[in-house]
Amino acid sequence: MNASLLDVEGLTVFLPVEGEERPVLRDVSLSIAAGEAVGLVGESGSGKSMTARAIVRLLPPGARTEGVIRYRGEDVGSLRGAALRALRTDVAMVFQDPRAHVNPVRTVGDFLTEGLRTHRRLSRRAAEERAVRVLDEVGIAAGARRLRQYPHELSGGLLQRVMIAAALLAEPRLLLADEPTTALDVTTQAEVMALLDELRRERELALLFITHDLELAAAVCDRTAVMYAGRVMEVRASALLHDDPLHPYTAALAAARPSLARRADRLPATPGRPLSAFEAPPGCAFGPRCAHARDACHERRPELLPLAGGQAACARAEELRGLLRDRNGKPVVSHDHA
Amino acid sequence: MTTPDPRGPVLEVEGLRKTFGDVVAVAGVDLTLHAGGALAVVGESGSGKTTVARMIVGLERPAAGRITACGRDRSRPARSARERRRRGGEVQIVFQDPYSSLDPRQSPASAVEEVLRLHTSLDAAGRRGRVAELAGLVGLDERQMAAAPSRLSGGQRQRVAIARALAAEPRVLILDESVAALDVSIQAQVLNVLADVRERTGVAYLFISHDLAVVRQVTDDVVVMRGGAIVERGPTARVLDAPAHPYTRLLRESVPRPGWRPARRALRTGQDDELKESR
Repeated sequence: MNASLLDVEGLTVFLPVEGEERPVLRDVSLSIAAGEAVGLVGESGSGKSMTARAIVRLLPPGARTEGVIRYRGEDVGSLRGAALRALRTDVAMVFQDPRAHVNPVRTVGDFLTEGLRTHRRLSRRAAEERAVRVLDEVGIAAGARRLRQYPHELSGGLLQRVMIAAALLAEPRLLLADEPTTALDVTTQAEVMALLDELRRERELALLFITHDLELAAAVCDRTAVMYAGRVMEVRASALLHDDPLHPYTAALAAARPSLARRADRLPATPGRPLSAFEAPPGCAFGPRCAHARDACHERRPELLPLAGGQAACARAEELRGLLRDRNGKPVVSHDHA
Repeated sequence: MTTPDPRGPVLEVEGLRKTFGDVVAVAGVDLTLHAGGALAVVGESGSGKTTVARMIVGLERPAAGRITACGRDRSRPARSARERRRRGGEVQIVFQDPYSSLDPRQSPASAVEEVLRLHTSLDAAGRRGRVAELAGLVGLDERQMAAAPSRLSGGQRQRVAIARALAAEPRVLILDESVAALDVSIQAQVLNVLADVRERTGVAYLFISHDLAVVRQVTDDVVVMRGGAIVERGPTARVLDAPAHPYTRLLRESVPRPGWRPARRALRTGQDDELKESR
């Protein structure tokens, strides 16, 4: 594997809430190689978006950070001024809701060419030509006409492709995509995912793909990290995550999702609700909801340790290997598709 | 007044149509939902599925067509409070967003009790008992029923909304993307609650959703909508296993699943985008 492009080591983040400091991330470690696609999967409050924000130093005001984030060997926490701007050019972000991240009274053209004209000092004409080329690359024809349109004139899927084009114009090495297709229709989602996958391969772009959907991450990511309560519970080759999960939480997440191929008598639903980092008990964060938990699980927090080519933060990971099945003893629901 | 046949249709929609200015949102939709049945209305944004639901509960007025619930016509707005209340006792709806559908100052127990006061002749003690019964049915405990909605999670709020809708003892419950905003582990819990509720109360579901896997789990029959019209209908298992219409096939192929590779689709997005732009 290539040297790491991004290395996150022991990242812990506290945010001030009503005068007290609350953890939102706990000891998160993660690395991405140049050109590699990594999925970050979790439910609400798991800390997946915070991890992405920490990488480009876009945490909310008052956040306190422990641990180290290195991008191409440099400590992100120490960057100032021009160096920080350079990081944010090299690491681009695409968000869930394109309409919340675009100025509604500026044209698509203004939005796409602003950076090129102010930072790279390109002429309007040169900047617009580049913008049209990138729009074409993301599958938007008649780019010149699109440049004169306003965001409200575009559908959600089209606007999200404009956002991806904007991210690509800076020629980043790493793209942080935070639920980029969650607000889109399924058929549009498939298109945008195919596009991201294609662009990534053509441009040898590294990707951190954040989603709540295990299968969606598996479709475009080499490896996937599963987060829960601000912690990484498992890191695994995406292809193995569904059939050979290492952590009971991953197995529970996969089983809870209904299958397109058959109706389950009852979905194997995990009791309780997902916890945020600050609510997590001292032992394993998933312990209180885990069907496999023992007394020891509630006493000591398991570390993320290497196992079977991946990593798992579960004290019983090794003995449970291959046994992560639902309470009726059936294998974790397998989704066969003809 | 006669009681409708318990196994007959509880909801019938014929030639339903709705336009907003020049835009045809719903272009002649026919639906039949049988007592205790579960019918999915599947489609993407702009398909008209939510507009159909809103017309059935009287939040939009149809341009044309007939809506019959429990054998009574409801195509025109209710003329009196009494008529409105009667319609509320036939069809109830649960919306998508659990954060905006509850009054932040009203406890779940009081919200459910208020509906019981309007729709039943139970006395105070009877209502208290019924509130506890409904809470049990959707899996909420006494503490949660007394809490401020802001203390409840999205899944818990959605259960409150379901309990409140059931308090009116409707024959039809419309679920408009009611599980779409929930986390996967919570969604599974609510889907199990929906299965229990249908089995125990015999209420029929009109299940509006874009999620085919969830539709398979909840419903017996399905109609697929596109651009305001139904393009395919049939038993859910048949339609999902052997879709006949190209659009249904496309929807099915777009669902992420193990081994799935997203493809730039053959059917261009262009049409839909142009449709939106032409407004």
